[in-house]
Amino acid sequence: MAAYTLSILIFFPIVFSIPIFFFNKEKTTLIKTYALIISLITFIISVYIFFIFNPDSGEYAFVERRVWIPLLNSYYQVGIDGISLLLILLTTFIIPLSILASFNTIKNRTKEFYFLILLLEGSLIGVFCATDLLLFYFFWEFILIPMYFLIGIWGSDDRVYATVKFFIYTMTGSVLLLIGIIWLGFLCIPYVGFFSLDLTKLITVTSSLPMDKQIYLFILFTLGFLIKVPLFPFHTWLPDAHVQAPTAGSVILASLLLKMGTYGLIRFSFELFPAAFIKLTPIIAVLAVVGIIYGALLSIVQKDMKKLVAYSSVSHLGFVVLGIFALTQESLQGSVLQMVNHGLSTGALFLIVGMLYERRHTKEISEFGGLMKVMPVFSAIFLIVCLSSIGLPGLNGFVGEFLILVGAFNAPNLHSYSYTIFATTAVILSAVYLLWLFQRVMTGPIENEKNKDLKDVSKLELCTLIPILIFIVWIGVQPNTFLKISENSVKKVLLIYDSAKQRINNNDAVPK
Amino acid sequence: MQLKQTLDSLNNFLPETTIIITLLVCIIADIILNKKSPITSLIAIAGLLIASYFVSLQIGIKTSIFSGMIVVDPYSVFFKFLFILSTIFVIIFAYASKEMKNSGHKNEHVYLMLSLTLGAFLMSSSINFLMMYLSLELVSLSSYILAGYTKKVKRSSEAAMKYVIYGAASSGIMIYAMSLLYGFTGSMNIFEIGRFLTSNSAGSNPIMIISIVMITAGFGYKISSVPFHFWTPDVYEGSPIPITAFLAVTSSASGFAVLIRFFSTTFLKSYEAINGNWQIIDGVKWTEILIVISVASMIIGNFVAIWQTSLKRLLAYSSIAQTGYILLGLVVANQAGLQAMFVYLIAYLFMNLGAFYATIMISNKLNSDNMEDMKGLGYRSPFVCVSMTIFMFALSGIPATAGFVGKFYLFSALIEQRMLWLALIGLLNSVVSLFFYVKVVKYMFLMRPDTGSTSKIQYGFGNYVVLLLLAVPTIFFGIYFTPLLRIAEASISMFGIK
Repeated sequence: MAAYTLSILIFFPIVFSIPIFFFNKEKTTLIKTYALIISLITFIISVYIFFIFNPDSGEYAFVERRVWIPLLNSYYQVGIDGISLLLILLTTFIIPLSILASFNTIKNRTKEFYFLILLLEGSLIGVFCATDLLLFYFFWEFILIPMYFLIGIWGSDDRVYATVKFFIYTMTGSVLLLIGIIWLGFLCIPYVGFFSLDLTKLITVTSSLPMDKQIYLFILFTLGFLIKVPLFPFHTWLPDAHVQAPTAGSVILASLLLKMGTYGLIRFSFELFPAAFIKLTPIIAVLAVVGIIYGALLSIVQKDMKKLVAYSSVSHLGFVVLGIFALTQESLQGSVLQMVNHGLSTGALFLIVGMLYERRHTKEISEFGGLMKVMPVFSAIFLIVCLSSIGLPGLNGFVGEFLILVGAFNAPNLHSYSYTIFATTAVILSAVYLLWLFQRVMTGPIENEKNKDLKDVSKLELCTLIPILIFIVWIGVQPNTFLKISENSVKKVLLIYDSAKQRINNNDAVPK
Repeated sequence: MQLKQTLDSLNNFLPETTIIITLLVCIIADIILNKKSPITSLIAIAGLLIASYFVSLQIGIKTSIFSGMIVVDPYSVFFKFLFILSTIFVIIFAYASKEMKNSGHKNEHVYLMLSLTLGAFLMSSSINFLMMYLSLELVSLSSYILAGYTKKVKRSSEAAMKYVIYGAASSGIMIYAMSLLYGFTGSMNIFEIGRFLTSNSAGSNPIMIISIVMITAGFGYKISSVPFHFWTPDVYEGSPIPITAFLAVTSSASGFAVLIRFFSTTFLKSYEAINGNWQIIDGVKWTEILIVISVASMIIGNFVAIWQTSLKRLLAYSSIAQTGYILLGLVVANQAGLQAMFVYLIAYLFMNLGAFYATIMISNKLNSDNMEDMKGLGYRSPFVCVSMTIFMFALSGIPATAGFVGKFYLFSALIEQRMLWLALIGLLNSVVSLFFYVKVVKYMFLMRPDTGSTSKIQYGFGNYVVLLLLAVPTIFFGIYFTPLLRIAEASISMFGIK
């Protein structure tokens, strides 16, 4: 078991997605339950990994290395550290919930739907595990296919346009990434001795590459990731995809797929090209701050709830990117935690919007109002989730944002306080758009007749929301459970920063 | 002495002989047997399998036969296997196709296909201008007849006519260029021409550039690269689909076989065994010409394909674009590039034939290849449409398919030679190509049918088997591609004999 832990985790959902096709199409309950059970077992495996994972080392754990393509020196190589473990846990946690959320909403083509979700889960875990660049690219690119169908088949009216846009955008980023990967492999031949795409090997030699090459490679890699995040100004695919996707699709997209980009920034852009990363920090940090404020401002003026949440993602992920580029222990750990937080709170927001949509078949904010009177439990949950997303102390959002802002304020890599000062304004803005949303939807008198007899949350809906709430509070009051997983991995990442900094200083000191 | 040489040559000519015999047997069988008997097709397949056995005996041999007219080397062996495999598939396609059944012919297509395969065999192994030209004409003549096979269909006859005119013009231009080169160097053997050019440092003579451009016209027409592609969409659309598939795969692969051999041998000064780079004779600028052709093919093929509504026309433009990708491997001018081309050609065989076969199955039932009619088809015949999706994703080069492996190798070869811009153009083109490949998937799965039947479409069991035979390798080679690499590596190992 131990030698195959990660492979089991990756391929369990993929392999067990196939039997779905042999089920009778009419027996939807069976199909749903089956998919849920498979995803729950995957979750249990990941929790088992969480318990046997040793957070003290910071090295890759559960490493598996098998020859895959000998002529390319390419290995099937997987391993996780604290950063990837958190994201894997998030993945295996969110997927069962989004399956639960689809129980009543996905009524046609259920077989295909649950098949694709499980396929997606396996590939997502693969992305977070792969330590060989070719393997990583395989999973990274493969995810597009299930996502394309999830939005395109089960989305709302304009789904085809949205899914094609999503596909083309991310594919553009991916081909740049592919060029970067291949080029890196060839450039490193003199140092490694042969063509290799093994991340652990490449990390040790990339610093010897000429600086201009490092910068080009960094740009190729990072563009691919930033489109996925998406950072301003590459974000235009996101609102379309979110608005058109079915609830489960939105949840997976926001909570998990976007994290592939931020994860890639840490694991590949930074670890491989720290010097270029430091040099280009100002540009990307400015974009991140612009994205934080721009996303928040756009959220305020949205009339559609899903769009509002989608733009708030742009803003929140700006924080994550800023934290990554600040490169301090606090900010980086804050970013990793904030990835999880964003996954939880934005996932929950999409679930909530989806529940309202189920009841009223509209996402227009103006259609609602005063729901608190007819849906008291629902509105309590909604409020908690909003507050968590705003960053109220005691809930998860606060911890992440606070760590990022504190870490970024004094970050030597940012050279300036102004990034943090501007970013902080978005905390206020987020209160504006979320609380205003809550106010318009939940409070006041019920003006629309149709809202008079809406039902409060059902048991099934509670089952999807309560687990998220537990973690929202858990991370809020006891963040250490999660922070300590990533602590040493982040420390190790930062060692790369220190040595790169050292080298840059030495080079600058030598007169040319 | 002469007799002995000829007899020796015949020993190494067994695959071709087998095909000739099979061809004759097929003709006789067709006369005796009833209309539409599958036996003719079976005989042809059996003959091709026997031929493949004889080809397998040639593995590792490297010799020239018939007084230096043709050679037997791993390079030609690779292509012969490719031709045999694709011809077998296409014969099966033709048997399954309704269009072919309604053509009013017996099984003439079978022996026309065999004669095309014979021509392709010779094309892949000829090293003499005369032989190259003759074999190219054999392929062309067979394909003209095949293109006009359904002679009662107006479009088909029109396609054949266009094909003949284009073909005649371009092969005329080519043979004129060959005569120029012959007059200039005094030899028709490409090795001797190469030696002459090297020793006389005559590479920069203006006659060279003229003849290279003109010869490219002849080969470029066979592989349907821009600007010699004008026949392609019309012929692909007009011909019955099995024939289209045959032209797109076998005939174009034969074009590649002769094109690669011509450029890489004739103008090769020396070959560095260590890094596999080719030293091209000074002043000869064939790589530059090919870069232009390849980029133009990719761009025109991909951009025009976006606007197509007919699946066959879409596949035609996609083939033009794919030609552009494959040519990228040649402009790298080294062993890695050649290997990448071989990998791509194998992948191309499975995915393109698969796409055509799925098209046959769809249009058999819908009597149309218009994508508007395919709305919601994914739920009416899931198996075919899922396979079609696999082929479409493979053609656009998404991982876990053989198409990705091919692209990965091509772009690796380019990047290794610092041709980053070319790699970037190629990869961005593959993003463009996604538009229309995904469009097919979109019509099948994402669009809901407007009106008409929503009932399931049933196919025979055999159809599924053939589709699986194409889809499974497309995915298998996408995940585990060592066998592809080994084949490609072995096929180029003894390339460029002097």
